[in-house]
Amino acid sequence: MKAPDFDYLRPSSLDVALAMLIEHDGEAMPLAGGQSLMPMMNFRVAAPEALIDLADLTELRGITVDTDTVRIGAMTRYAELMSDPTVQAHIPLIGMALPHIAHDAVRNRGTIGGSLALADPAAEMPALMLALDASIEVAGPDGTRMIKADDFFLGMFETALDDELITAIHVPVATPAQRFGFHELTQRHGDYALAGVAIAKTDDSYCAAFFGVADRATRVPELEAALTRQDNIKTVLTHLDQIDFTDDLKANHTTRQRLAGVALTRALKGMTQ
Amino acid sequence: MTGPAHIFDKPNRYIGQPEPRADAARLLQGRGRFVDDEKLPRMVHAAFVRSPHAHAKILSVDTEDALSATGVIAIYTGADLAEHVTPYIGTLTHLTGLRSAPQHPLAMDVARWQGEPVVMVVATSRALAEDACELVDVDYDELPAAVNSETALDADTPVIHPEFGSNLAWERDVIAGDIDAAFAAPGVHVIEREFRFGRHTGVTLESRGTLCEYDPSEDQLTVYYSGQAPHMMQVIFSKHLGLPEENVRVISNDVGGSFGIKIHTYGDEIATAAAAKLLRRPVKFIADRFESFVTDIHARDHIVKAKMGITEAGTIVGIDFDDLTGIGPFSMYPRTSAIECNQVLNLTGAPYVMENYRAKGRVVFQNKTLMCQYRAVGHPIAMAIADGLLEDAARKIGMDPVALRELNLMADDSYPRTSATGMKLDDLSHKRALRKLTEIMDYQGLRADQTEARKDGIYRGIGFVSMVEVTNPSPMFYGIGGAPIASQDGATVRLDAGGALHVSSSITEQGQGTNAILAQIAAGVFGIALNRVKVTTGDTATTPYGGGTWASRGAGIGGEAMLLAAQALKDQVLDVAGVMLQTGVEKLDIRDGAVTDLDGKERLPLADLARTVYYRGNELPNDLNPELIATRHYRVTDFPFVFTNGAMAAHVEVDTETGFVKVLHFWAVEDCGRVINPLLVDEQIRGGVVQGIGGALYEECHYSPDGQFLNATMADYMVPMASEMPDITIAHIETPTKTSVLGAKGAGEAGTGGAPAAILNAVNDALSPMGASIWQMPMTPERILTMLDNAAE
Repeated sequence: MKAPDFDYLRPSSLDVALAMLIEHDGEAMPLAGGQSLMPMMNFRVAAPEALIDLADLTELRGITVDTDTVRIGAMTRYAELMSDPTVQAHIPLIGMALPHIAHDAVRNRGTIGGSLALADPAAEMPALMLALDASIEVAGPDGTRMIKADDFFLGMFETALDDELITAIHVPVATPAQRFGFHELTQRHGDYALAGVAIAKTDDSYCAAFFGVADRATRVPELEAALTRQDNIKTVLTHLDQIDFTDDLKANHTTRQRLAGVALTRALKGMTQ
Repeated sequence: MTGPAHIFDKPNRYIGQPEPRADAARLLQGRGRFVDDEKLPRMVHAAFVRSPHAHAKILSVDTEDALSATGVIAIYTGADLAEHVTPYIGTLTHLTGLRSAPQHPLAMDVARWQGEPVVMVVATSRALAEDACELVDVDYDELPAAVNSETALDADTPVIHPEFGSNLAWERDVIAGDIDAAFAAPGVHVIEREFRFGRHTGVTLESRGTLCEYDPSEDQLTVYYSGQAPHMMQVIFSKHLGLPEENVRVISNDVGGSFGIKIHTYGDEIATAAAAKLLRRPVKFIADRFESFVTDIHARDHIVKAKMGITEAGTIVGIDFDDLTGIGPFSMYPRTSAIECNQVLNLTGAPYVMENYRAKGRVVFQNKTLMCQYRAVGHPIAMAIADGLLEDAARKIGMDPVALRELNLMADDSYPRTSATGMKLDDLSHKRALRKLTEIMDYQGLRADQTEARKDGIYRGIGFVSMVEVTNPSPMFYGIGGAPIASQDGATVRLDAGGALHVSSSITEQGQGTNAILAQIAAGVFGIALNRVKVTTGDTATTPYGGGTWASRGAGIGGEAMLLAAQALKDQVLDVAGVMLQTGVEKLDIRDGAVTDLDGKERLPLADLARTVYYRGNELPNDLNPELIATRHYRVTDFPFVFTNGAMAAHVEVDTETGFVKVLHFWAVEDCGRVINPLLVDEQIRGGVVQGIGGALYEECHYSPDGQFLNATMADYMVPMASEMPDITIAHIETPTKTSVLGAKGAGEAGTGGAPAAILNAVNDALSPMGASIWQMPMTPERILTMLDNAAE
């Protein structure tokens, strides 16, 4: 499997990169860590005219924290997140999730922005953004805008990006009142989850984002409300009926729903204290 | 003469020692030479247009656009290559009734599985060849496909080869005693289960590949080949490309795993050789991972309805089963696709005393990738049937599964004897192996832990298997049926002028350490430091003629040939030394690279002896033959196979909420006769166990109802990875086979053959408190949850 011929572009600034995207009129694809795009090109599922490598864009790097928000550059790699004390201290949920994301080799190259732009429904990062009430900072020909995570993921491999590049994510700094939970069920370590959930609890109010279960990372408001009301877990789980669960070779929708319930139950048991 | 006791008990006693393998540093430093590392002048690359349908008529092939694409050198259709390659048929005469149709390297009028090569494109790079493949326009008329083996013989299922009238490839019945009477006897419980074994495949780290070079000036074809049997492939290339056998040279340098995958005739590889001959320039084909999944042989795919009869006191009275297996649209050439079913018929229940046996095997054609011999051919099925039913029976009569085995296993002092199916057995140690196993695993401690854990809702299970493994096959395996497959192997040992040994062998190295054990045997038997032995394998031009490495035969057969050759060279050297030292040969030995007295005192360094013979022959008597090289060949006689035995146990935990299974620990006690290098044997067993875990829990080739392979990527086809590998504790019992001086039996397939049954039994032991059990592999979470739900209803 060899990719068809393509042009390789390596812009030195965000403005140049955006100009290149416009110039290629949808035929160019931005290259971040390449952990999904390169296999897709080798499978000839993706055949862009050009790749725009974002490696040199300093605008897309760096982790900074102000009073209530951590800004993480889109080109931050998973391995960098894992070793970053700011992230570990201020966004404990990401710290809980990272060991479950693939393996070292993938984490050394894969980027947070790449994962969000791809919007794989089984990936952890989109669900983390939902649970954390993060905002996604994107830049386009008309400038920069912020998109709430809840408005960003539109479907399977579908996002709100419109000729734009993700430049950073903005995640609220965890408050002392917050508690977090994370659980995913994979047959092999590092695989995409058969079902998983990321939970953030603020005071008594729950936000629970499921992944690997439907066409996109998914929240169920009724389920969150039931959790907030401290309903019996059996009652809480009935609200999973709202999700249109995926059928695939590894699990049919019934099994998936059941596993989503197990993941939720276990994530709640394992909430940070 | 030197004698066996001497070989295994003297200085330079390398046989049996945990010597680190010499080639590990080379491979770790990236200096391996795999097929894709070979680059030849004027080399071009092949890619294939493959059938997107499981069954389709090929109406037309338009190559016009592709021919004018950048870098394209040539394009061949099935008809083009049929003019240069004779068809091949995967049947053998000793498998009576087996039928298969002629196969061509590229599909001719009909494509019969998704992935079958249809058109070959040769271009200056693989990427350009793939670009051109997209421009080839093949017009197909899709036909209904025969996919499901259970309906393959139904009247309304399409017949893949109309000339046969049905999709039946082969069938065989084995009957011993009177099973009906035995089952009907008073007090006999009959346990009945339906087993399903999913299709899976070998997944070699290095995919299949070949680089073929043809020199018209000498009519010589040289094939760099990632494979296990160079001499077999020499015959096949010669026969079907119309070249004199001596004009075909097959070279297998480093091979990155094979597991039985790389021992067959693949159309894309034959086409590559044909293209090299036609183009008169080197052509390389390296299968990518997708091609590997849809063309590498698959294995298993059995549905078995089985019964075991057992008395209340625990005596097994017999086994009765029906095995149905689907093999794809052809029987693979030249080993055939009936062997796995045949092994199931022959081996089921072979560890146990049993008088009544009835087995029916049916092998059917289907529009899927071809099925053939993958590591532990038939063994995981045979062992799971017998030991799965045995542990089910143990639960039924309330007996401990170890005690039930003790009662029924053949006694260690009862050999030679035959199994119920007529297999000749000798030198086995089932009972000692089982006792050693229960000791090293602390069986009673695990049972106590199991009881405690259940109180907390944690369901752990312990499962066993007592097994045999077919190793060291004689000519009765393939040669008798007309296959160009050598059952003997040869070794040459040469003393060089510097006093080092240069040895070569017809067995092959696929990563398991063949070259390392050959060096150990040569060094130990001859009497020289291990680091002064150089080994050559995998080249039809420079090694003795032989079968290669498969069926766990390398160490036992190739190793014995090396032992005999090293002994012969030692005798030659001592004859010369006797003359030079004016001493009787019986008073001399060779130790540490020097001729010595029997007490080890050095008399003459080998380098001095060799230099005298090679350079200064004038100092020697005229009738002394200046020959310091010996070749010996060896084949197994008296037995069709040399069986090994083993006992294995799995400790698992089943998460009853998710259906996930975690293998907590695995133990294997193996009796492979004399262990040549415990490091290598243990890693062979561990690697085999991991592949067995794959078959039991993870690996499955999924097909859609119309024959589309649905999970042909490493993300979707799950092989166990490091995190899924438990600690695997290995212990040995050494009962050397009397068929050779070396006494080594094979060890390469035991883990793969035994682990699935042990894990199945462990999972069912874990599920037993819920009254649930599972009889389908892989045991996926969903299947386990379904069984738990069924039991709860």
